[in-house]
Amino acid sequence: MHIVVCIKQVPDSAQIRIHPVTNTIMRQGVPAIINPFDLFSLEEALRLKDKVGARVTVLTMGPPMAEASLRKALSLGADDAVLLTDRKFAGSDTLATSYALTSAILKLSESDPVDIVFCGKQTVDGDTAQVGPGIATRLGFEQLTYITKIEDISLGSKEIVVQRRSEGGVQVLKTKLPCMITMLEGTNTMRFGKMDDMFRAARYELKTWSRDFTGAEEAKVGLKGSPTVVSKVFVPKPRAEKAKMIKADGTSPDALAAAAIDAIFAAQPKLADDLLARAAAGL
Amino acid sequence: MSEPSKPQGRKFQLPEHLKVYKNVWVIVEQERGVVHSVSLELLGEARKLADKLGVEVGAVVLGAEGPDLNRICGDAIGYGADIVYKVTDPVLTDYRTDPYCRVMTDVVNAFKPEIVLLGATTLGRDLAGAIATTLVTGLTADCTELDIYMDNRSLAATRPTFGGTLLCTIQTLAYRPQMATVRPRVMAMPERDDSRTGRVQEVFPNLQEESVVTKVLNFIADREQNEAQLAFADVIVSGGKGLGKPENLKLVFDLAKVLGAEVGVTRPLVQAGWVGNDRQVGQTGKTVRPKLYIAAGISGAIQHRVGMEKSDLILAINTDPNATIFDFAHLGLVGDALTILPALTDAFGRRLSVNRMAG
Repeated sequence: MHIVVCIKQVPDSAQIRIHPVTNTIMRQGVPAIINPFDLFSLEEALRLKDKVGARVTVLTMGPPMAEASLRKALSLGADDAVLLTDRKFAGSDTLATSYALTSAILKLSESDPVDIVFCGKQTVDGDTAQVGPGIATRLGFEQLTYITKIEDISLGSKEIVVQRRSEGGVQVLKTKLPCMITMLEGTNTMRFGKMDDMFRAARYELKTWSRDFTGAEEAKVGLKGSPTVVSKVFVPKPRAEKAKMIKADGTSPDALAAAAIDAIFAAQPKLADDLLARAAAGL
Repeated sequence: MSEPSKPQGRKFQLPEHLKVYKNVWVIVEQERGVVHSVSLELLGEARKLADKLGVEVGAVVLGAEGPDLNRICGDAIGYGADIVYKVTDPVLTDYRTDPYCRVMTDVVNAFKPEIVLLGATTLGRDLAGAIATTLVTGLTADCTELDIYMDNRSLAATRPTFGGTLLCTIQTLAYRPQMATVRPRVMAMPERDDSRTGRVQEVFPNLQEESVVTKVLNFIADREQNEAQLAFADVIVSGGKGLGKPENLKLVFDLAKVLGAEVGVTRPLVQAGWVGNDRQVGQTGKTVRPKLYIAAGISGAIQHRVGMEKSDLILAINTDPNATIFDFAHLGLVGDALTILPALTDAFGRRLSVNRMAG
């Protein structure tokens, strides 16, 4: 079985700051990490490898520095790594990105057909959750998003049974390979890399692929291939810096609690009705 | 990214062949006969956009024929639709990407709406990403504001990016339809108007179950489960290391019970084995967005913050007046969670029961 895990190197969004004077993003010194949502998918791919045997290829599209994320994934147990990098890809939106990644997955399939593509549920920088479905649709793979558990997989019959988070419940789905899976966060815990994988990751000769190599059409990537345009970027109005501190007559817990509830209902008048309705319904 | 730029693309004129795309659509999300509230919120938003453009609001309702679906078509009109495309087929009973994507692609290509809106739910995001690909058009996720640039009648979809540090306005200029998803509770719920009238256009896609690879074996409703459902909770009470010892977590559960809330925890509590990781809120746990988030004994580490800071209202309780959590909570209370939590439980319990009797 051949599994491809698509990952993205992202700036640690928790550490991004806006320059107070120029209102621009201060990228300096912000560490690059593997998109945290991708790790749940990578771990699930590695678990399938442990369970039924698979070759796990990690794939990323990005600038040459994204190599660091691929080596990290190799050190965690991935077998191969492909860096899709080309200036022509710059400015790609999700439609163009899914097209470019699909061209690389098709290239990988030429020598070893791909059975499962894993993607992160979404990224922490773009937050779109669109690239996975884009890849599945282009490849004609069954699309399995927000998966909480892989219940069963059979390589003989090419069947897979999964649990999928949906609104109000969990769907248990049975489908066939090939498929594209995005894992819900918190569904597993990333393993620690083994020593020999770390050595292998350091020595591994990365496959670096260009647009020409995968055969992606120039008109369908980069700004040219992107239907969306960013017309304005601005800083949101900052909310009051600090919490409004609750004061009460005296410092008894009861007085503080009463003052806190008053403050909650003053800030969210609708909430009182919601809570009452809930209490009345016995929820 | 350099200086915040001026809106561009206002001068762009739509190519002639795309001018036939007209009307603002909402794909109405229903599962098992229940309409998701976000779809009604979107109908209200679509109404505003359509009025600005001088066009109609279309609602697409998909599912199996039956009284549930007919009721939902009526709801859609009451909440703002002029025309409902009622797409019925037994194959559409449960949501599955492939048949929904195939049908929606055909329906959009047949009726050519200029704007298509979906809820940013597990269904909406799954479907939107697929049909934007088959339709080869632009899709903007998780918008917080929608507007029309009247110069060229284009949709201006504004969304947060880089973890909410920036907002950007995104447009789809040379492609149609223009697609966007919006999270639940971002847009206001419109008033239902039963005097509204609208048309229902029936669509029969004539699907074959044999042509659908994915089968739904079972549906486990959340209300039949004991597992925490943090991601969808309206009220969450969370505890952190400040609780001191595992037994004190009971105080959090007690308050949650009175409020009909879910219980969340920080990562250290999961690592220490107090509770399972289904209750972990934060970067490697769940991202939540309740109406009320009560953080008890939580210092406010960034890993926790990114999972809950979008909550509508955050009340933080901490003994340390300089705790980081007071930097981003809306309401702060300096005190010991171990005494404040029981006091809150009592006080909430009294108020909710007193009001219930009065009401």
